[in-house]
Amino acid sequence: MPTVALRFSPLAEHVRTARLVAVSVARRAGFCEDQLDEIRIAIGEACARAVAPAPTASGGLGLSPAPAEVGLVDMRLCDDDDRLDVTVVQCDEHGDPLEGPAGSLAATDPLSMALMAGTADSSTQTAAAGGMVLSWSRQADGA
Amino acid sequence: MDLSVTSREESGRTVVEVSGEIDVYTAPTLRERLNELVGAGHHHLVVDMEGVEFLDSTGLGVLVGGLKRVRSHDGSLHLVCQREKILKVFRITGLTKVFPIHDTVADAIAASTAADEANATS
Repeated sequence: MPTVALRFSPLAEHVRTARLVAVSVARRAGFCEDQLDEIRIAIGEACARAVAPAPTASGGLGLSPAPAEVGLVDMRLCDDDDRLDVTVVQCDEHGDPLEGPAGSLAATDPLSMALMAGTADSSTQTAAAGGMVLSWSRQADGA
Repeated sequence: MDLSVTSREESGRTVVEVSGEIDVYTAPTLRERLNELVGAGHHHLVVDMEGVEFLDSTGLGVLVGGLKRVRSHDGSLHLVCQREKILKVFRITGLTKVFPIHDTVADAIAASTAADEANATS
């Protein structure tokens, strides 16, 4: 059972909302400011992957603003003891996770993957629609 | 917070002052602005990021694109940033080796000008 779950249309303008929600949940769960910065970065990357299209053949960095037309992005935050686990997946319009690598979630921009690996305690790509699971263990403030 | 991009000429360099959040939604605005500047013949850019609150991989991609673009015109792109949380994004991705990053706009202009003069005499 997630502490907080958020579903949004796969549009780039909603990624900021997802970051704000995730950081707010983590702050309430007692994560320190340094970790909140890391959570903000990693969640932003995971959600950006879920809304951005795959990089084009012309060699762009996946920057085209055209989003997937249908479906939703599903973000679940579980605050459990001293851990925060966040899952981001693409769903169909009924909220069922998409099967297999779907849409842009299969895209693996190396900068984005590096940022998630560098800021989350663990970051794993899931089989379901190439989603992401990100985890942090809570550190005492000032640790 | 919205992204704001303004530019001005200073000591023969184009200083691009960016503030707000650079993310998957706002990065195209920055890319367009940089493209316009380079297209208009501004090939020596100093991007002042002191007012940037957040930077994601899309924003990094835009800066890398800008760097490639100015270099194709024998230009340069220097960054100004002292904010630890933004510097961290460059450090994690290894881009501190790609971009010259300075503490102040004056430092960036001096370094950019010195590099240009060194090239001219070599």
